[in-house]
Amino acid sequence: MIGIVGYGGYVPRFRIKVEEIASVWGSNAKSIKDGLLVDEKSVPSIDEDTATISVEAALNALKMAQINPQKIGAIYIGSESHPYAVKPTSTIVGEAIGVGSEFTAADTEFACKAGTAGIQMVMGLIKGGYIEFGLAIGADTAQSKPGDALEYTASAGGAAFIVGKKNIVAEIEGTFSCSTDTPDFWRRDTVEYPSHGGRFTGIPAYFKHVVSATNGLMNKLNLKQSDFDFVVFHMPNGKFPLKAAKMLGFDSNKLTPGFVIKKIGNTYSGSSILGLAATLDIAKPGQRILITSYGSGAGSDSFSIKVTDLIEKKRKRVKKIQDYIDDKEYVTYAKYTRLRRGI
Amino acid sequence: MGHESSVPLFWRLIKPRYQLIGTKCKTCGNVFYPPKYLCPVCRKEGKLEDTKLKRTGKILTFSIVRSAPTGFEKEVPYPVAIIELDDGPRLTSQIVDWKEGDLKIGRRVEACFRRIYTDGKEGIINYGLKFRPV
Amino acid sequence: MKVAVIGVGTTNFGENWDVNLRQLAIEAGTKAILDAGIRGRDLDAIYLGNMSAGRFIGQEHVAAMVSGELGLSIPAMRIEGACASGGLALRQGLLSILSGQHDIILVGGAEKMTDLMTDGVTSSLMGAGDQEWEAYYGVTFPSLYAMIARRHMFEFGTTREQLAKVAVKNHHNGSLNPIAQFRKEITIKDVLNSPMVADPLTLFDCSPITDGAATLILCKEELAKKYTDDPVYIIGCGQASDTLALHDRRSLTTLDATVKAAKDAYKQASITVKDVDLAEVHDCFTIAEIVATEDLGFCKKGEGGKLLDEGETEIEGRIPVNTSGGLKAVGHPVGATGVKQAVEIVLQLRGQADKRQVKDAKIGLTHNVGGSGATAVVHIFSR
Repeated sequence: MIGIVGYGGYVPRFRIKVEEIASVWGSNAKSIKDGLLVDEKSVPSIDEDTATISVEAALNALKMAQINPQKIGAIYIGSESHPYAVKPTSTIVGEAIGVGSEFTAADTEFACKAGTAGIQMVMGLIKGGYIEFGLAIGADTAQSKPGDALEYTASAGGAAFIVGKKNIVAEIEGTFSCSTDTPDFWRRDTVEYPSHGGRFTGIPAYFKHVVSATNGLMNKLNLKQSDFDFVVFHMPNGKFPLKAAKMLGFDSNKLTPGFVIKKIGNTYSGSSILGLAATLDIAKPGQRILITSYGSGAGSDSFSIKVTDLIEKKRKRVKKIQDYIDDKEYVTYAKYTRLRRGI
Repeated sequence: MGHESSVPLFWRLIKPRYQLIGTKCKTCGNVFYPPKYLCPVCRKEGKLEDTKLKRTGKILTFSIVRSAPTGFEKEVPYPVAIIELDDGPRLTSQIVDWKEGDLKIGRRVEACFRRIYTDGKEGIINYGLKFRPV
Repeated sequence: MKVAVIGVGTTNFGENWDVNLRQLAIEAGTKAILDAGIRGRDLDAIYLGNMSAGRFIGQEHVAAMVSGELGLSIPAMRIEGACASGGLALRQGLLSILSGQHDIILVGGAEKMTDLMTDGVTSSLMGAGDQEWEAYYGVTFPSLYAMIARRHMFEFGTTREQLAKVAVKNHHNGSLNPIAQFRKEITIKDVLNSPMVADPLTLFDCSPITDGAATLILCKEELAKKYTDDPVYIIGCGQASDTLALHDRRSLTTLDATVKAAKDAYKQASITVKDVDLAEVHDCFTIAEIVATEDLGFCKKGEGGKLLDEGETEIEGRIPVNTSGGLKAVGHPVGATGVKQAVEIVLQLRGQADKRQVKDAKIGLTHNVGGSGATAVVHIFSR
């Protein structure tokens, strides 16, 4: 069986509160918080980027997996904010964590589901017998236009998963994906900030794909809602995943451990997988987790993850996602602007 | 386009900088980081091999740079420190993720991967290890 | 050994916008030649200290430039050892006379720093440190010496006020020196209230960015009396090296290179530290003077601060240090400093130091350091 041998996450320390952003634009903080179900978001330091976040997450995953990094045969990193448009983040990370040079690598882009696509890619290479272990990472340092609604949620963070067949902490029972050409949220080349279709990003985009992929997974594996102890959906805000859960017939309590958006915002390619990591941090052996990512443009990858007996011993080695969420320092809008725009 | 923009100059030191790989002399047992190409103790009798160092250590001394050298204007003020790694060697780097009271002689720190220098809008990004309090 | 100094000359030190490196070198050179009473064609060689004309003004090959400007085709060489370039040029010149190869030579030091903006100067100066393992991480020279200061304060209880006293003393001396960049007295409060450059060092703890040149004319002992009735002799010299990066040193509060260079110089001069009447030491930052007085043996390790509390290094003190105003107040045109220090000692031993004159000055010492201590050179002068 294929599964997660080790996982790890990273969230930068700085936070900016919704109140702080709202005060600059003269907006009503309370109604924004109630509407988005977000209190504050993470802000990367001036010397952090997708590569540095990926390295920290990957080192945590390695610490948990306790494997020789040179046995990693593939690295895929998904992001909307790769440091270079041309020059892979995955080789920077490979070099930083000591993978050696005998591996394949590529960077992926599919908005916020680029990381989960990477998980599917390594699963294929492992099942095909081409590699022993694969590393899939989703990380972002998301940019948002000042004054735009996305400014309250676009944040930074990432998670890394080492996939393999040995000593797994959780089995990946199966995966199902759904992809269409739906331009709900996009960014043209050389343009600084993304654009989006407003309310179009809801039903025809996020919900259509999340629901289809999740239903498709459950049908394929012959599982139903009650078979899952926890559920994680991509979190562009706090409301969408709750609504998706309702549409799919899941009890909203099942979302709680993975509901990282409230205190760190939307980490884009890191979003659903940080939620998965946070859930794995507290799940017991035998419990089952459903995770469905969503990437604009558009598509969803859905997975069924079943926790094994090895998880309690192995996850003790590494800092928990909640620890990263709790380790924080607030910044003012002025400092936030300096950090994000490098002024 | 000076040495700050040189690609090979940066590339050559990626391994020791990213992975904290130093050298150890098989003859005298001394460990060196930054890596040495010749054992300064044994000289021609020395035999150096790569060795990966633990990423933790403590602050021996520190300062805060407030007047920036070229390329670091966006980052001032930032602390720099001489750190003694638990494996022995000493190195110089920046301190990040620090709170009031962390900049102290003896404070324990661990390495973390960060951007060091970005060569403008078009040049390459130089990464390396900085240290954060544990 | 005994090599005579028969002529000295310096430019004013400061932000000399109107002159370039050529002009600085010529001015100091001709002043020294006139002071020696020789003609240009009497010179056998030129030794020029310059740290970084390549980075400051894009010019290498500067010794050839100077000899060309002087209209001479004699051997001309540029010596570089970061901030010790001047002192090293002096030593090389000395050795060439002792070897018998040359009889009369010109030893100069010159630097033109103000054509670059501050960040460019700061980066260029880091050429004196470890480019790959110190400068790479954004370390600057003030921060290197600030780290030495912090460690010195931690190990020995040296205080911020003691550091400030170095600046106050040297600015007082500088106010008496017509060539100094800074001619005003300052107070401890001025030092403490000035902007922080690299904690705990403030702007007034740091020597400035300066343009300037200094020159000596040296000749072999037997020729000295031909040119002057009262020559000053160099009777000892020591030089030592240490690791380039501060983190590789044996100690973060002692410059072993200074200790060794001084020991060798005292031995060669057949003196002990007690015989030294006054010294020009390398105060690139206030902490550097405190450490230097310890490493040269003027006091025990850790007690450099006390010397200032007790006024022992003032002009009228037991062991006057930096009567010229030091690098702090005169300025620090890098390659020129080591030679300027020698000029001050020669003037003092000749009795020509005017308001800065130390009574009965017979034996003087110069101490010139490169980078954070990777090079140190000490010369002993005597009447």
